[in-house]
Amino acid sequence: MRFILRRLGFYLVAAWAALTLNFFLPRLMPGDPATALFARFRGQLAPEALEALRETFGLTDQPLIGQYFTYLSNVFRGELGLSVAYFPSPVADVIGDGLTWTIVLAGSALIISFVIGTLLGVVSAWWRHSWIDTWLPATFAFLAAFPYFWLAMVALYVLGFKLNLFPLGHAYGDDLTPGFNFTFIADVVRHAALPVGTVVLATTGGWLISMRNTMITVLGSDYVNLARAKGLSPWRVVLRYAARNALLPNVTGFGMALGFVLGGSLLTEIVFSYPGQGFLLVQAVRNQDYPLMQGIFLVITLAVLAANWLVDLMVLWLDPRTRDTA
Amino acid sequence: MKTTSTSGAWVAAIRRDRKATFGAVILSIFLLVAIFGPLIAGDPQALVGVPLQPPSSEHWLGTTGQGQDVLRQLVAGTRVSLAIGFAVGLCVVGVGAIVGVAAGFFGRSVDAVLSLLFNVFLVIPGLPLAIVIAAYLPSGPFTLGLVLVATGWAWNARVIRAQTLTQRKRDFVAAAVVAGESNIRIITREILPTMTSLLVAQVISSTVYAIGAQVGLEFLGLGDVSAITWGTNLYWAQNDSALLTEAWWTFAPTGLCVALVGFGLAMLNSGFDEITNPRLQLERAWRSHLLGLGIAPSRSTPVTVGHE
Repeated sequence: MRFILRRLGFYLVAAWAALTLNFFLPRLMPGDPATALFARFRGQLAPEALEALRETFGLTDQPLIGQYFTYLSNVFRGELGLSVAYFPSPVADVIGDGLTWTIVLAGSALIISFVIGTLLGVVSAWWRHSWIDTWLPATFAFLAAFPYFWLAMVALYVLGFKLNLFPLGHAYGDDLTPGFNFTFIADVVRHAALPVGTVVLATTGGWLISMRNTMITVLGSDYVNLARAKGLSPWRVVLRYAARNALLPNVTGFGMALGFVLGGSLLTEIVFSYPGQGFLLVQAVRNQDYPLMQGIFLVITLAVLAANWLVDLMVLWLDPRTRDTA
Repeated sequence: MKTTSTSGAWVAAIRRDRKATFGAVILSIFLLVAIFGPLIAGDPQALVGVPLQPPSSEHWLGTTGQGQDVLRQLVAGTRVSLAIGFAVGLCVVGVGAIVGVAAGFFGRSVDAVLSLLFNVFLVIPGLPLAIVIAAYLPSGPFTLGLVLVATGWAWNARVIRAQTLTQRKRDFVAAAVVAGESNIRIITREILPTMTSLLVAQVISSTVYAIGAQVGLEFLGLGDVSAITWGTNLYWAQNDSALLTEAWWTFAPTGLCVALVGFGLAMLNSGFDEITNPRLQLERAWRSHLLGLGIAPSRSTPVTVGHE
């Protein structure tokens, strides 16, 4: 219990740090971002937008510390200000639409690559003197060196444009209405196949190599030798004795990988015009929509923190040692 | 495991390992292109012909949507992207080393504060943070570097802190403390030199990170889009609808180069790992010993365990 609470405390501190960064970044910039933004959009923004912008940035006549607390209380009420690109929609509404798609994309890519990579790592460590171990890690290390979004471009070009095997973008067909039925879900899977597949290709290598190296260390431990000497079946030794214990660093790494994969999948979304946070982020960058950018940053950070805490719970369940110290 | 600091020993170590040799060769080729390429290739901004021409004998990699030569842009981009990549890689490890050594060496409240700091930075997703910072600053290579250092140093700090903690307990550090050496001297003369191989490995992996993240940010349009780098080449390819016009040559070569450099660096690093990691070294020695006896190692060969 102490472990869980201590981690929870840490994530609260991290969340507070992200909020504070979000508050101070616009203020560190020379000049007033709201006015600068307004000048850039001369003639395109209504005067009331300027006031809305100033309020978004919390640039009121209050002293700094007062602005800070106003900002915090706004965030807690889910008020992230108004979007510039989608004026006058509130940022929270704009983000809400895309969040599910991003979680679907990054979440499934992460889980698939984790499972495949870990299994291949076990295989690679077990046949560690064979051609499998020579080629498997090297191939995936090479794939991991490509930028995710570039793999996405190539896959889209070859499999989408040239061979016409997959749809060219979006999350589902224009002719379908979202609903919980087979046709719609099948269509979502078909549209997600390429974006998820390319992220999986690029990220499997990391899991594979770390699992392989931990497995090799674990395979050298006495209890594995004992299990072998007892004449247990190889599969039992590998999966129940070695892999189970070698899994731990990979699970701990899961939380850390989350933010990284999410970042990469944001760029992948752009290539596929996938209606998630990445697509919004580009709109925000192009239109210099600071409130939207900051909102996306906050929402993604909070999502990653929450997921990390869930991973901690899983580590607690997997590793009895954390329970002892708890 | 002692690592010699002379460059000759490093070269010998690289040549002994097949992976490291492979990585070093790829990297050398790219470094040569980065240094001498732009002198030979010609002006990358020049409009040389009809836009979006496929590769031909005249333009080996075709032309861009604006009618520039793709190969020239690739060569020019190599120089900028590698320069930023290596500079950021060095800075990231520099910041990480300062924070990590300080946390590990001074311990107590210094450690508590610094550890909290890098753990927070580790858990906040890097790319969204980088985007938010980059969007507020004037675009340019310096901003880009700054952003990449700010979002990338935490992992190195964590690893170096752990390493410092184990060194801190060793006798030679205790002896230096008793001898009355200053903290700065102990850190720079006693502790850091024991981590040379770790620091080199970190510079290499941080460079891979820096190149990848830089390409990603520039692809988003957060770099200086009028400069020529690998990332902006991809940005313009995407902007000029490279896919819709089926102009694969405007984006394919750049991505291949990013991957080759990244892969070369990773190979160099895993080669180093085999050289400096006692576990893997033992495994190799055991294997060649068995092969020498005419026994082919198989999966029933036990993994060797070292005793320190």
